[in-house]
Amino acid sequence: MTNHWIDIQHSDCILIQGSNAAENHPISFKWVMRAKERGAKLIHVDPRFTRTSSKADFYAPLRSGTDIAFLGGMIKYIIDNNKIFHDYVVNYTNAPFLVDGKFGFKDGLFTGYDADKRGYDKSTWTYQKDAGGIILRDETLKNPRCVYQMLKAHYARYDLKKVSSITGTPEKDLKTVYEMFSSTGTKDRAGTIMYALGQTHHTVGVQNIRALAIVQLLLGNIGVCGGGVNALRGEPNVQGSTDHALLYHYLPGYLAAPRTSQQTLESYIKKITPSTTEAKSVNWQSNYGKYAVSLLKSWYGDAATKDNEFGYAWVPKADDGKDYSVMTLFDVMYAGKIKGMTVFGQNPACSIPNSNKVRAAFAKLDWMVHLNIFDNETASFWKGPGMDPAKVKTEVFLLPASASVEKAGSQTNSGRWIQWRYEATKAPGDCIYAGEAIIRIQNKLKELYKKEGGTFPEPILNMTSDGLAEKGGYDAEKVAKLINGYFLADVEIGGKQYKKGDCVPSFALLQADGTTSSGNWICAGSFAQDGKNLMQRRGKADPTGLGLYPEWSFAWPVNRRVLYNRASCDPTGKPYNPKRAVLEWKDGKWVGDVPDGAPPPLAAEGGKLPFIMKPDGVSSLFGPGLGDGPFPEHYEPLESPLARNLMSAQQNNPAILLYNSDKDMVASADARFPIVMTTYSSTEHWCTGAFTRWQTWLTEAMPQAYVEMSEELAKEKGIKNGDKVRVESARGKLECVAMVTPRFRPFLVNGKTLHQVGMPYNYGWRFPADNGDSANLLTPTVGDANAMTPEYKAFMVNVVKV
Amino acid sequence: MRRRQFLKMSCVLGAGVALCGLGVDLVPIEAWADEIKKIDRLKSARQTMSVCCYCSVGCGLICATDEKTGKIINIEGDPEHPVSEGSLCAKGAGIFQTTEANEHRLTKVLYRAPNSDKWEEKSWDWAIDRIARLMKEERDKSFITKNAAGQVVNRVETLAHMGSSNLDNEECWSITAWARSLGLVYIDHQARV
Repeated sequence: MTNHWIDIQHSDCILIQGSNAAENHPISFKWVMRAKERGAKLIHVDPRFTRTSSKADFYAPLRSGTDIAFLGGMIKYIIDNNKIFHDYVVNYTNAPFLVDGKFGFKDGLFTGYDADKRGYDKSTWTYQKDAGGIILRDETLKNPRCVYQMLKAHYARYDLKKVSSITGTPEKDLKTVYEMFSSTGTKDRAGTIMYALGQTHHTVGVQNIRALAIVQLLLGNIGVCGGGVNALRGEPNVQGSTDHALLYHYLPGYLAAPRTSQQTLESYIKKITPSTTEAKSVNWQSNYGKYAVSLLKSWYGDAATKDNEFGYAWVPKADDGKDYSVMTLFDVMYAGKIKGMTVFGQNPACSIPNSNKVRAAFAKLDWMVHLNIFDNETASFWKGPGMDPAKVKTEVFLLPASASVEKAGSQTNSGRWIQWRYEATKAPGDCIYAGEAIIRIQNKLKELYKKEGGTFPEPILNMTSDGLAEKGGYDAEKVAKLINGYFLADVEIGGKQYKKGDCVPSFALLQADGTTSSGNWICAGSFAQDGKNLMQRRGKADPTGLGLYPEWSFAWPVNRRVLYNRASCDPTGKPYNPKRAVLEWKDGKWVGDVPDGAPPPLAAEGGKLPFIMKPDGVSSLFGPGLGDGPFPEHYEPLESPLARNLMSAQQNNPAILLYNSDKDMVASADARFPIVMTTYSSTEHWCTGAFTRWQTWLTEAMPQAYVEMSEELAKEKGIKNGDKVRVESARGKLECVAMVTPRFRPFLVNGKTLHQVGMPYNYGWRFPADNGDSANLLTPTVGDANAMTPEYKAFMVNVVKV
Repeated sequence: MRRRQFLKMSCVLGAGVALCGLGVDLVPIEAWADEIKKIDRLKSARQTMSVCCYCSVGCGLICATDEKTGKIINIEGDPEHPVSEGSLCAKGAGIFQTTEANEHRLTKVLYRAPNSDKWEEKSWDWAIDRIARLMKEERDKSFITKNAAGQVVNRVETLAHMGSSNLDNEECWSITAWARSLGLVYIDHQARV
């Protein structure tokens, strides 16, 4: 979230698109309702009428997989009707930048496409520059090559009629949503967008979010109180687990993972620290070298020295441009190339697309180590449907873990608040912390490598384990301090003394010379210099009166509660909306929230641009960083009801990765599978139900898998509410109960009636008996071109009565 | 409830027991008595602050731990929490069923041998020895120092790790560090799915 949960109450118009917040983030809805009590309008855009829709002032249906068409139409509406927040767009976005003369877009493809590589050469996705390398701009926004005019030209095709024929949303509904939300493009009004997996689970997932961001930037809604693009994250600590890089492509703190072309620390740091010619840009990423060295110091301690590049050689290097994410991982595993796997606190046998492929892949492993609080379909895959245990060679370890209330440690919510929790009791039996399990494995490996030697033992022997443990056992607070970082020598910075062993109170103090450590720079400051744990704070002071609660827990970065908050003020530092001033430049300093960068506002002496994490200092309407285009473009899902994309000759996102195993069948515009399907969750279950299906209080309310369908489709198919039906895709099938409901309505797409159904992904064969199985038996192995988020939300099926 | 009220209630229950032989259904009364006992136990329970383990709103919890048994006897919303203000959804309100009160909790290390059709109970020491041995064997055998282009890569492609965004920050960080020390590149978790 750019903002935080409590901030939703300040919004004047809330657009929920791709989320069912009322059911899946129920307590967040407290703040939506509070905004409504103030007079705010709530809009819900979703394929299904949910409890969120029932509280909305306006509900608009849309066919799954067509958000960019919907939002492209909104961008066109905002520009055509001059609803933009002009001052904000000119000063704080790249709208005035002149785009390179060779850049272009034709019939669904941007310049530089290479069909063999299924990717783009992005050399034309740049700006015109003068001899000194300064980007040329036109602040009147009239030049046809300026980003604003290019944006206008790109979305000229997204008229109401075209958008409606793609999305199935009636034209008058589109217009109503566009009018309502674009009313927030003024100084005194703020609009927020709340989204969840409904936006990300597509082959255009990242571009969906980009489209949301473009809308919000045009309306000046980023950085302001009651605004933002707010991801409602679905797991308790998915913010934190991402921050700490349980992902192949990052190291902690969003530092890119080293690739093979970066053979030295110097070349790596060069790669991750962008330069800028913009004098007014802070370009905070230029500090990333300090954060990388401080990370290596936290990992390898004294073994990391200047002479050995702080142990950079010990960090694994992934091949340039190669994907190692989960669907590729299972594709490689299915091909028999992965031998051993550790799976902690996850149930991929039900959560990863194309479950038949995933479950077959497990049987190719020599061994699997699984850690959890309950058994699940992953741990017990060898006795699942269609498996003959006698033929499954895999050795499986099922390790019992402590539950959340049995653990001390921190967890980061969607608003980036890192909250501490305490151990309420000792875990039962032989259950231990996952952290303790890791230390035991790590120490045993160290012992073996010390005793026996082995291949490249240095990273194993030098990786800290002392830093994680106290008296031989895992100690969460000690790890948290290591993550925060220490001064490793007595130093003086800016006239202030810091002693060796002090906690680093801010990442601004981290160094690239090995005198500081920090396991994750964004968390630096979660401890005060004297070692006080700020994540434990429970202070309720609210100096701004806006519910920022700066003394409750700790929010990364540096306890900032609203990201990009300097963009809430005009170039002189005056808040655009003084009634809800998250920040203000007063008597030579910033007052309010922790400012997003200390320098003065743009127009003041020494003033800087507000988007400090962007090399150019402004936000990006034109976004050349992504792999599939600088502007979001509508493409059909991999499996679509349409044989031809109505927007261009490109049927699917041209930059997606395709898999070709014998389990990866695809059936698009195929008469055998004429119904669009989507998947979702319920209030009573969490993810694959791996915790919640073992709890009687919850299974009593939501006992078994079901497929929701419209009354019209049910009539066509001769299905009654409660009938047993079979749902089938090109990859798999399952039986479940039919839920016939007016919550789904047929769509009119390209002049034809189209049905959509939906299923919760909360079930699996293991427990309770006869509750059904995973909806992911049906989903395709395909993902977003940038982030590889699977396309769970739009694919094709058929439903028949059993 | 004060002690006197509780005693009064106990007398009512005593009379109830006498009625039992007359075919009066006492289950609701007994359940009520259990609730009363629980309230009394709550007064002396140790309170611990926690955070909900489901979605990422991060609602505050108060866990009550019985002083005598050391076990959690109640979990409820924290009214002081500025986001949740004491509210919890159905899952959060039922979090008690993730504790050992749930008979389905795993409490032993389980092992399934190749081609076996059953779990066997094992000790942690046995499991750690075996897991570390398997990891070392595979890593030593398949470690790649240089790729085909001759670039140093120092990685292993036959081992993989998944999970988890249900673990605490400190655990996630420890796992990230450990996985890199082995040389893993196949690392992923729920954030992508």
